[in-house]
Amino acid sequence: MYEYDIVIIGGGPAGLAAAIEAKKNGVLNILILERDNELGGILKQCIHNGFGLDIFKEELTGPQYAERFINELKSMGIEYKLDTMVLNIDEKRKISYINKQDGFVNIKAVAIILAMGCRERPRGAISIPGTRPSGIFTAGTAQRFINIEGYQVGKKVVILGSGDIGMIMARRLVLEGAEVKAVVEIMPYSSGLTRNIVQCLHDYDIPLYLNHTVIEIKGRDRIEGAVVAEVDKNKKPISGTETYYECDTLLLSIGLIPENELSTKANVEIDPVTNGPVVNESMETSVEGIFSCGNVVHVHDLVDNVTRESYKAGRCAARYVKGELVCGGQVVKTKAGEGIRYIVPQVIRVENLDEHINLLMRVTDIYKNAKLVVKGNDIVLKEINKMQLTPGEMEEIVLDSKLLKENNIRELTVSVERQVE
Amino acid sequence: MDVYEKICIVCPRGCRLTIKKDEKSPRGYTVEGNTCKRGEDYGIKEVTNPTRVLTSTVVLKNSSLKRLPVVTKGDIPKEKMFEAMKVINKVVAYAPINGGDIIIENLLDTGVNLIAGRSILSQN
Repeated sequence: MYEYDIVIIGGGPAGLAAAIEAKKNGVLNILILERDNELGGILKQCIHNGFGLDIFKEELTGPQYAERFINELKSMGIEYKLDTMVLNIDEKRKISYINKQDGFVNIKAVAIILAMGCRERPRGAISIPGTRPSGIFTAGTAQRFINIEGYQVGKKVVILGSGDIGMIMARRLVLEGAEVKAVVEIMPYSSGLTRNIVQCLHDYDIPLYLNHTVIEIKGRDRIEGAVVAEVDKNKKPISGTETYYECDTLLLSIGLIPENELSTKANVEIDPVTNGPVVNESMETSVEGIFSCGNVVHVHDLVDNVTRESYKAGRCAARYVKGELVCGGQVVKTKAGEGIRYIVPQVIRVENLDEHINLLMRVTDIYKNAKLVVKGNDIVLKEINKMQLTPGEMEEIVLDSKLLKENNIRELTVSVERQVE
Repeated sequence: MDVYEKICIVCPRGCRLTIKKDEKSPRGYTVEGNTCKRGEDYGIKEVTNPTRVLTSTVVLKNSSLKRLPVVTKGDIPKEKMFEAMKVINKVVAYAPINGGDIIIENLLDTGVNLIAGRSILSQN
């Protein structure tokens, strides 16, 4: 059986960055397996701008951002296979894939990097009552139809969920001549970035209804309308607040699910909060030699963060291949305290740390003038004042590795504290 | 007196700006609620000449792909978005294309070019 040093599953932004960085760190025998007919992943259909502000210090569109990495990867001579579906991976890092050229193939890898990304939550995930007509799309599917296939999905549109893709599609649909009647959000706040509320919704006078949801879908063959109602604080529809919107299209932008079917086949431990693999400081999962990065670990709001996380995974997988990663030693577990939904990484093996450790996290609610408090073994290690915290925007804390070593920390907790005004 | 409320989109913080017309101030407007200099610039621009980058697609021929993503190489006035879309929707691009190739020069006399957002190999 042919053995690669590193096999990367997924050729989107995470897989591309991981491959490039692994090669730069001295690993020669790398293979990317990609199921689509091109590299670049979801970026290819994200034609809007706003990518790359952190990595390239300029604003790029999704395809422009992807092309920079694809060009770099090709110039480095990294091998990749397109139209290739990975069917199985196991704990011994055996990989089974299938494609038209090679047929069914088994290969081995010293290290695997899982970079499969995520997919959208569909209608069934939130069980909207009503009929089951056509014309109901997840926002990303509509995005693919419009931007890649060249089809307009509808003329009168209601969007459920105010995630970034939903808002970006609202603007896109209006520019292409559709009428977007409403963006409806069950939470009291948008789950997307503020800049998207302004430049996608405000700019085009598209109304955003917070604390509202779709309670019924009408129509037999094609959707004819949606009933929207206000919800109370328990998310229960309030009787008497119903409004009927005539529409031929309903887009769902109601969240993303990391795509971990392969991970679980290799017995990779999944974090029930992130729905992605539990990872350590090196982006290694609970299975030795299997690494993971990008949206398959946790859903990011900026691709720049995916790239940085994937550089780390590529670098650490290269260290693993060269036998430089340390198992054991001082181990720290991270714990989401009050106001924090999750922290990545979940485990830190202090021996493997560089100068700093970056903790990525999301808060559970909107906070004004609060602070993030990092405690190790109940001692306050760091406090960061924040004018605003919102669940829609990932927070990052950079911690000096010496703090963990010197205090012999075993448990690291981050929590949100409201500041006295 | 003219008073405008805007949310700043320069960074993720999303400051709520109040922009007031003020003949006495050096820039003609005063901005409150911003927490940085860039916010002041954004606020004044937003009430005097708001601009955005426009992205869309054009019909693509001689490729297995059907659409080419395009982007304005710089901001264009916000009020010209729909007019620009009309022009963009009439364009047909032919592969091969290099990312950055000019698709429409000087779009609607804005001085800004519309460029290809990616490279496309020719089908043959």
